[in-house]
Amino acid sequence: MPEKIAIEKKVLSENDKLAQELRNKFQENRIFVINLVSSPGSGKTSLLEKTVGLLHDKLNIALVAGDVQTENDADRLIKAGGKMVRPIVTGGSCHLDAQMIQKSIQKFDLENIDLFVIENVGNLVCPSSYDLGEDMKIVLISTTEGDDKPLKYPGMFRRSSVMVVNKTDLLGFSDFEINTVKANAKKINGQLEIFELSCRTGEGVSRWAEWLIEQVALKKQKI
Amino acid sequence: MHELSIASSIVKTVLQEVENRNLKTVTLISLRIGALTDIVPDSLQFGFEVIKKDTLLAKTKLQIETLSVKGCCNNCKNSFEVVEFIFICPNCSSGDIDMNQGNELEIAYIEAED
Repeated sequence: MPEKIAIEKKVLSENDKLAQELRNKFQENRIFVINLVSSPGSGKTSLLEKTVGLLHDKLNIALVAGDVQTENDADRLIKAGGKMVRPIVTGGSCHLDAQMIQKSIQKFDLENIDLFVIENVGNLVCPSSYDLGEDMKIVLISTTEGDDKPLKYPGMFRRSSVMVVNKTDLLGFSDFEINTVKANAKKINGQLEIFELSCRTGEGVSRWAEWLIEQVALKKQKI
Repeated sequence: MHELSIASSIVKTVLQEVENRNLKTVTLISLRIGALTDIVPDSLQFGFEVIKKDTLLAKTKLQIETLSVKGCCNNCKNSFEVVEFIFICPNCSSGDIDMNQGNELEIAYIEAED
């Protein structure tokens, strides 16, 4: 007769353990870490290009850009002025995991980083299960998508601390209603902080950049 | 479609248990999965069938228990079942809700022979 044996173990305990090691390392070095997630094409790389452009002389920013194939995003971030940029080509995997981050930071001098940005693979489902040691997940959505997306992907919007709405310059050209997306997001996650901006025109980007500077300062104080 | 990665983690974890506990065969793996994990049970079953082949778990069955999402209101302390992932307190309409259940992705138990 088979015997029942209690296991009570998280399936992703190995990833969680590595993520915790990363979190400790980032904490020791007072690095503010964000895990940026979105659908493909919402503008993660555009937002980071703008961010690097505005902040590269104020903060030491390290970026890892995850993609299924190509190092195009990393190349764009280097062109935008990123000094510490590493691509992660997942070769088919739909998400980044803690082991990939651990590998990618080996070449970084952690003592000289203020802000560490993980650009995840464009996908609103799979990346939500994998802790990467970040301080917060930031979910990006654009006005060319459906304003019901928070309701369709509740896991990701629930686990994120911030929602950035990109492409506000295109509001009015689609059925996307800014108030609807905000209301939908708040139904899933009442604590979400929300930014509205356009990477194309630059509108709203400075507020986002200032917020990042504040978060970096807060992390430096955190013991 | 990260169910394949998840299935692979399950097989790896259970094989480790088989080794540590000196088990001969595992007949069943019982999982607990929260409704907010975005994991599709059918895809996970399929992934498990693919991954388990050529391992000691080739004949092992996978049982999945799905857990609903439960929340507790930080404003009025009401505990409630979160319906359709709307995290708003049905009692006081506050959106300040802690999640008590729904994020699980755990191996609860296995059935095995030694």
